[in-house]
Amino acid sequence: MKLKNPWPIYFKKDVETHYCPGCGHGIVHRLISEAVEELDVGKRTICVNPAGCAVIAYNYLNVDCIESAHGRGTAVATGLKRARPDLFVISYQGDGDLAAIGTAETIHSANRGECFTAVLINNAVYGMTGGQMAPTTLLSQKTTTTPTGRTSGNDGYPLHITDVVATFKGVAYAERVAVNGPAAVQRAKKALKNAFQAQIDGLGYSIIEVLSPCPVNWKMSPIEAWKWIDDVLSKEFPLGVLADRRPKAV
Amino acid sequence: MSKTKNKVVIRTEYCKGCGLCAAVCKKGVLQTSENLNKQGYYYMEPAEGAECTGCMSCTLVCPDLAIEVYSE
Repeated sequence: MKLKNPWPIYFKKDVETHYCPGCGHGIVHRLISEAVEELDVGKRTICVNPAGCAVIAYNYLNVDCIESAHGRGTAVATGLKRARPDLFVISYQGDGDLAAIGTAETIHSANRGECFTAVLINNAVYGMTGGQMAPTTLLSQKTTTTPTGRTSGNDGYPLHITDVVATFKGVAYAERVAVNGPAAVQRAKKALKNAFQAQIDGLGYSIIEVLSPCPVNWKMSPIEAWKWIDDVLSKEFPLGVLADRRPKAV
Repeated sequence: MSKTKNKVVIRTEYCKGCGLCAAVCKKGVLQTSENLNKQGYYYMEPAEGAECTGCMSCTLVCPDLAIEVYSE
């Protein structure tokens, strides 16, 4: 019998990930390793890891990795790409990382049109520290720091960082996807490959926002978390291509 | 002798028993085991007599790369 799903080359073998059951990080790690393999850039890839649950992604991704300070992934990626334009640079960040403490770095690197890809994992909470309110937390969503639900008067509104970034002319490709089902995972992989191809073609900044389940901090089962993304989270953060400034194929 | 041409193998030590694979499987091939793995999770296992069509949906959604699908 033949194995239909061979192990991705750029995913380390024989390691158990530390993520909670049903977490979206494992899926996105796998999609990234498959995408760099299919685009044949794995040997020159550097992944900038965030502070957050994915802080030890270098234990799982079989590509070169560098660790950045909290939120400064896009600043580190800028330096890498400017010093070594031949490298393929991915900045892998969470929503608390990219949209809260790293807002300045994110916005200015995007506005400068730095030629790398940011992957934003949006789970609407600070996952690693125990489910506190993040900028992307929905109104009336309960977290450990908003036990009665987020209110606009006290905490403001959910931050649509990818929509903000998508308005900049330096951004070649921006898309929001989810990983809550087989079809959604396939769309997410296609989006990642589009963004990576934009970087390979030197078109500028590309960002993929992934709505990712966090069943533990949402206090749901993994299957309920999938449903919650469909019913609630993707209503606030609609899926789809937000910016596509790639030259049109003739 | 099984009629099926496809076979699902769970890498039990990597499985965290989240159940997403069973949720997407149209044929009910996967079920939760009564045994624990060394991580302390009730891992998934192929159900007796169920016929896998080799659609690969479970491998797409598995966060832990714990599913291998073989076909003839």
